Amino acid sequence: MVKRENQEEILVIFEKIKKIIVEHLRIDEEEVKMETSFDDLVMDSLDLFQIIIEIEEQFDIRIEEPEKIKTVLDAVEFVRNGIK
Amino acid sequence: MNKVQIIGTGSYLPEKVVSNFDLAEIVDTSDEWISSRTGIKERRISEGENTSDLATKAALNAIENSKINPEDIDLIVLGTLTPDSFMPSTACIVQKNIGAVNATCFDISAACTGFIFAMDIATQFIKTGRSKVALIIGAETLSKVVNWNDRNTCVLFADGAGAAVLKAGNENSIIATYSGSEGAKGNHLTCDSMPVKNPYVKEKNIFAVDENCSTIKMDGKEIFKFAVNIIIQSINELLQIAELKIEDIKYIIPHQANTRIIDFTAKKLGVPKSKFFINLDKYGNTSAASVAIALDEMSRAGMLKKGDKILLVGFGGGLTYGGTIIQW
Repeated sequence: MVKRENQEEILVIFEKIKKIIVEHLRIDEEEVKMETSFDDLVMDSLDLFQIIIEIEEQFDIRIEEPEKIKTVLDAVEFVRNGIK
Repeated sequence: MNKVQIIGTGSYLPEKVVSNFDLAEIVDTSDEWISSRTGIKERRISEGENTSDLATKAALNAIENSKINPEDIDLIVLGTLTPDSFMPSTACIVQKNIGAVNATCFDISAACTGFIFAMDIATQFIKTGRSKVALIIGAETLSKVVNWNDRNTCVLFADGAGAAVLKAGNENSIIATYSGSEGAKGNHLTCDSMPVKNPYVKEKNIFAVDENCSTIKMDGKEIFKFAVNIIIQSINELLQIAELKIEDIKYIIPHQANTRIIDFTAKKLGVPKSKFFINLDKYGNTSAASVAIALDEMSRAGMLKKGDKILLVGFGGGLTYGGTIIQW
């Protein structure tokens, strides 16, 4: 069972990351779900660099191995681990 | 302290135009792939001219534009990562070619920041009275250090040269300079020289040569991140030194690496992209030459009016970075 406060934390991070992705790629919010793969969002590696830079700045963390980030959920987990 | 004036500029690009379509015949790539990721459409590639040949033509072009004689020049500083030889320096070869017999000549190794560093060095020499007329050059034949089998890098780099003449004068063109280096991140953008090989080296196969030894290797993600952050930092520092606002700057001439880097930087700075001068669509990334070529192109196109403030900013291997605010 995922604890309730963890679920809330995940949701808060997800919403912030979703906002970054939506603004950067200029797509609809509905297109970005937790399980969405970055490949499905029709972006190239440079878009991913830019989204990662924005995420790093927003959460004041450093993502060392961005190539491991395949889905939005991966990004959320990276941020959670980075903050801790 | 003497005042430093920029009295002329010059450039030279090899004649051979290589389009993205041409490259698609050599490596697995496409015009769409290259354009969308870099903004580059075509580049110039040497058909045999070496760095000193390109540098000499750019230098003569700048000398003509400055209305000086080669004998007037007392300093030549040339930025390159692709010198003709370990020795003599490319600056000395240029000296011979143009007949600048009164000059002290040396190369500097600052990769894509080479022209910016050269301008800073010449500025200090002139300010202190050590030099009166300085020729600064950024010149590269990157095509000789590109791995032509690596589709991620061979589409980016190209050949070219740019130059400028600086002189002790009554007006000051150089109103702020800023630079720095981050050697700890040097492994993200490299081009090896020769391995150590002598009779006392303990490793086996000491004379084996890796054919990709002296080719450019780049960690695109790290360089992208570095570039965006360092351009913003350099611009902010320069504005602070000069006590200016971004609105006071007519054009920003960034090192021409990748239009996506420039787009993202402009967005983060909240500055319209039109403030950034871009010609990488025609010339690709010419490393130390890029800012010099851009400055010459803008000057000859009549884009720069007397009194205009222009901000030059470079970044690259080393890692190195720096910038200058010029009053035209």
